[in-house]
Amino acid sequence: MSIEQMILIFASIVAAATPLAFAAFGELVTERAGVLNLGVEGMMLMGAVAGFAVASQSGSLTLGFGAGLLAGLAMSLIFAVLTLHLQTNQVATGLALTLFGAGLSAFIGKSYVGLSLQGLQPISIPYLTDIPLIGRLIFHFDWVVYGSFVLLFGLIWFFKYSRWGLVVRAVGESPVSAHAIGYPVIRIRYLAILFGGAMSGIAGAYLSLAITPMWVEGMTSGRGWIALALVVFATWKPIRVMVGAYLFGGVTILQFYGQGMGVHIPSEILSMLPYLVTIVVLVLISRNPKTILLNQPMSLGQSFYPRT
Amino acid sequence: MKLKALFVGCALSMGLVSVSQAGEPLKVGFVYVGPVGDAGWTYAHDQGRLAMDKVFGDKVKSTYVENVPEGADAERVIRQLAADGNKLIFTTSFGFMNPTLKVAKAYPNTDFEHATGYKMAKNVGIYQARSWEGAYMLGVLAGKMTKSNILGFVGSYPVPEVVRNIDAYTLGAQSVNPKIKTKVIWVSSWYDPARERQAAETMIAQGADVLAQNTDSPAVIQTAEEKGVYAFGWDSDMAKFGPKAQLTASTLNWSKYYTMEVKQVLDGTWKPASTLWGMKEGMVVLTPLNPAVPADVAELFKAKEQEIISGTLMPFGGPIVDQSGKVRVETGKEMPMDELMSLNYYVKGVEGSIPK
Repeated sequence: MSIEQMILIFASIVAAATPLAFAAFGELVTERAGVLNLGVEGMMLMGAVAGFAVASQSGSLTLGFGAGLLAGLAMSLIFAVLTLHLQTNQVATGLALTLFGAGLSAFIGKSYVGLSLQGLQPISIPYLTDIPLIGRLIFHFDWVVYGSFVLLFGLIWFFKYSRWGLVVRAVGESPVSAHAIGYPVIRIRYLAILFGGAMSGIAGAYLSLAITPMWVEGMTSGRGWIALALVVFATWKPIRVMVGAYLFGGVTILQFYGQGMGVHIPSEILSMLPYLVTIVVLVLISRNPKTILLNQPMSLGQSFYPRT
Repeated sequence: MKLKALFVGCALSMGLVSVSQAGEPLKVGFVYVGPVGDAGWTYAHDQGRLAMDKVFGDKVKSTYVENVPEGADAERVIRQLAADGNKLIFTTSFGFMNPTLKVAKAYPNTDFEHATGYKMAKNVGIYQARSWEGAYMLGVLAGKMTKSNILGFVGSYPVPEVVRNIDAYTLGAQSVNPKIKTKVIWVSSWYDPARERQAAETMIAQGADVLAQNTDSPAVIQTAEEKGVYAFGWDSDMAKFGPKAQLTASTLNWSKYYTMEVKQVLDGTWKPASTLWGMKEGMVVLTPLNPAVPADVAELFKAKEQEIISGTLMPFGGPIVDQSGKVRVETGKEMPMDELMSLNYYVKGVEGSIPK
């Protein structure tokens, strides 16, 4: 493998991993607050269609990403109102959100099918990009890719060192206790859900504005579900989410690379892989009460209604 | 599409079903597997429908139902179209074969036309395009335009139709450049732009400089445009996704066929038939060449195109050698139709093996 090839392959892996990372980071925050939102796929699709529609109308990719973020946010707001105020079942509501997002995005996107635009370009960083080899290997990406790393370190800091990060975790572990000592559980869960929606929106917009700058119906093709699996795979830890995103993103690219070289690995097995690994991780952390306690937000998926 | 199905259902329940009488327009129904706007397979069928509409004006009233999954829903949709009084129904995807036959039995006075299938009945005809002729011609251009002698092909699923196009593409390229090799990457999807793009990127990284695809989205051509290599439009013209990258597009034009079938039903001369049309009949059409193609290559291309149209050049004419070096079709012979329809091996020059 030549160096030129390695740089190209690495760039493909980064592009594949970035939307997974964004969506999974968002979901991680939501789940850490004890809310399971299975609507990631639907929110991503809405982010993708809104991002593409606005970018092709306005000609600005930045506005497009903004619209993607807002669309994801709006979708998650529906989920938040339903599950937090009206106490609907989180699993059912999340699934409904995915189906709703798939249909609505296809409807909105009808007049945008068949259009194309100039996708998001990598940015050059003065001096750093000019470093031979390394410059083009790690300092030649678009700002969303760098954003995913900023987000990673931000989240690590947030959950480990910030007071509000600890409060979010407390809400996810035991909303009853958090409420008893005076934290606004519902408000915190609202914010966590909205953050998840916004990140899913960006992830979707990255697909329709950077990876393949166009809109086609159902273009996320199950990436929202991979993001959901990633959070479990990562046992709710940001750094492992990032590793997992690169792993799952990289597997596809390497499989394609193998095919191009004439080595064939059944793609069905690779499509199963994220879920298979997730099940293994679930089995590992569920083997005794202690490991469950250490890894999983205890109130995950349970509704909470504050009784005053 | 749900709405349209609903209307059809309402019409049925309210007893509005009418049998076509003299003076009333002939109702023609179309069942599509994808959205009309997909710029590929379904789009081409809908263009055919619109062209047919234009020819007959008031005499024909056509309706379509899009996004119909190839499962239990298909039968329901076809049945509703028949119940609604459509006298001719086109079902445009392979997976509609059995539902079409089932409904056809229940509506013996309605005529059905099923695309890409192989089962016929008293009132069911089948039709298909010789799309491999287009793939062969793309190969001719690819063989001439490549500098690295490595061609790329993004495949969807390893079904005979796609394997045939890969082989035709490779044979076309070899006819002008015996040194070429074709790399194939299967993405296991008809429609996943991001994966198609990744597959294209991978092959470009491995040295391929002319790409073709048998998937439905324009992602491959978009990637080619960005990376400065050549590619082709498939099923419909994709030049707007890659004005510099698209050398030509192999498109499908169903309008002549739809017009002919509707005319036969109007005249009362319709009979079930198995139709296989290609470049000669104008069902497979190549779009104008990219200006980047040198004049001598364009001339060679036109000559080959004429040879296929006149029948002197058969894309699957011998000698055809498979990957192991075994001669599958002798010189001077043509591959038999049933073998062509179930083709399951790569010809020499294609790298890798067909996933089992």
